[in-house]
Amino acid sequence: MDALVAAVGLVFQPYVLMVIALSALYGLFVGAIPGLTATMATALLVPVTFFMPPVPAVAAIVTATAMAIFSGDIPSALLRMPGTPASAAYTDEAYLLTRRGEAEIALGSGLVFSVLGGIFGVVVLIVAAPVLAEFALKFSSFEYFWLVVLGFTCAIFIAGSDPLKGTVSLLLGLLVSCVGLENPAGAPRWTFGNSELAGGIPMIPLMIGMFAVSELLRFALARERPVMATERPFGNVFKGMWGLVKKYPLQLLRGSALGTAVGALPGAGADIAAWMSYAVSKRFSKEREKFGTGHVEGIVESGAANNSALGGAWIPALVFGIPGDSITAIAIGVLYLKNMNPGPTLFVNNPQNIYAVFIVFLLAQMLMLPFGWMAIKAAKRILAIPAAVLMPLILLFCIVGSFAINNSMFGVVVMAVAGVAGFFMERWGFPVAPTILGVVLGTMLEEHFFSSLIKADGNFIAFVERPIAGTLGALVALIWLWPLGARLLRRTSTGASR
Amino acid sequence: MQRVDRGVGVALALLGVAVMHSARSFPTVPGQKLGAGFLPMIVGAGLVACAVGLLWRSRRAVPAAAAVAQGSVMPALVIMASIAGYVVAAERVGFLLVAPLVLLACCRALQVRWVPALLWAIGGTVAVHVAFYKLLRVPLPWGVLRPFY
Repeated sequence: MDALVAAVGLVFQPYVLMVIALSALYGLFVGAIPGLTATMATALLVPVTFFMPPVPAVAAIVTATAMAIFSGDIPSALLRMPGTPASAAYTDEAYLLTRRGEAEIALGSGLVFSVLGGIFGVVVLIVAAPVLAEFALKFSSFEYFWLVVLGFTCAIFIAGSDPLKGTVSLLLGLLVSCVGLENPAGAPRWTFGNSELAGGIPMIPLMIGMFAVSELLRFALARERPVMATERPFGNVFKGMWGLVKKYPLQLLRGSALGTAVGALPGAGADIAAWMSYAVSKRFSKEREKFGTGHVEGIVESGAANNSALGGAWIPALVFGIPGDSITAIAIGVLYLKNMNPGPTLFVNNPQNIYAVFIVFLLAQMLMLPFGWMAIKAAKRILAIPAAVLMPLILLFCIVGSFAINNSMFGVVVMAVAGVAGFFMERWGFPVAPTILGVVLGTMLEEHFFSSLIKADGNFIAFVERPIAGTLGALVALIWLWPLGARLLRRTSTGASR
Repeated sequence: MQRVDRGVGVALALLGVAVMHSARSFPTVPGQKLGAGFLPMIVGAGLVACAVGLLWRSRRAVPAAAAVAQGSVMPALVIMASIAGYVVAAERVGFLLVAPLVLLACCRALQVRWVPALLWAIGGTVAVHVAFYKLLRVPLPWGVLRPFY
């Protein structure tokens, strides 16, 4: 209880509230501009949060991302261009609604169901994280080793469409994490006598490169002139929303639950949650034929899903230090910088900080209604700003931000290389999320592997002897062997039917 | 995609072999059989295995993905050149002189007209200078402007 009071005190300060309000505006703006993503918003925020105490730093990221995921819906509905990838699943649906003269429904359902989905995700986070943390206190290096491996496995098999390319991405990420002195033997690996490389590849410039610079390059290469779907001023976007809640309660619940779960899986975030939910919604709809013609049902379900995924992603991030999506991968870096190392002990030693994060989460969802409404009102003016003007300034931000992390030009070089790598990876069908996971978790994997090995005196059987470690190991094996098993099963069944 | 996969496959195989080769020289953890070379060895072997997989798969013709409509590559090249230019010149010449050039070059590459591009270059530089140097105290390089500091 004392911790809760302390947490309220940490959040309700003029400075923190100002940070939240500014990040909300920033998130709405970035999310609404096509080509600028929520992950990019986070990566660009980090150099600024670098100079803040822990609670406002996390508050800035949480608020900005929640707002950006919603406001990505605005250009979807008006320009047929998703503002963030998380809105892509239902962009056509929202645009067709607007073309039919129902812009209020398209924008309003995006806003209202983002808020409801977001609250669902946060409630699950608040309930599940402390329980899981209690459980995780019993974990030793064996369990953590398997958790990391399970995280990699999820990123490859569940989040991606091509496991082979996903594996390549992961291995490249692990390779990057190997550079430097930070390994169990303390040996220099691929440092080439360079003192900057000895400290390892700096994570934040890498992320700025992968998520912001690659996006700039993509924008520079492909440009299309979007056409505004409607010129008339919008009416009341909240009209008819209660009716939608009553009409689609199951869809709302299903989207939120699936979104939270997908968000919690490492490597899969809001965008994958939205695609999966849209597919589920269509599959189980009573009016399946209306999907793709400007039907609001899919927007309700996947709009809730992408926002609930944000809360879900923080569950493994806070409890185990394993990011649930790219945004929390960056956020974990910030937590480490702030000496708020994620893990179950965070819940025991610093509960007020965790509660403060929870309060910020709820606050951000509440703020989304008024701020989102304002963003919709201002939408046409925001969307009239040509992105070509913004991109050079964002580039300068990337450069200065990458420099600011260590006050070193090395960061800028890392950013540039990562930007080009991220661009080509996406173009050639290699998912970026497993790479990020590999970079973030590579050191942790090695550390837990070697401390387990030393504890077990070199005996590999010990990795599966403890019940939880054994279960996690079996789960990993099952997911890896599943495609093989399924193929064998199919072969025997076709053989039998012949 | 087939040709790309083939090229990437060959490159990954070479990378994997190089990684495994250099991993052999990494020392072990005292008292253990394994050491700093263990994870790199697995990564290298994994890369080679994946490369073989990619090459094997690229034998079959896959339906080509729809070609992405693409403009000129020039703007992207200008962006990368500006970053390179900044890295090379910023320490010596100074942020306040290099940043406007970066902004101007990128604006022009993205077809922003001269006058707004110029205004934006100066305004953007001042804004970033105030935000990062004044407020966040990031030591942006002064370069030749040092005497005026």
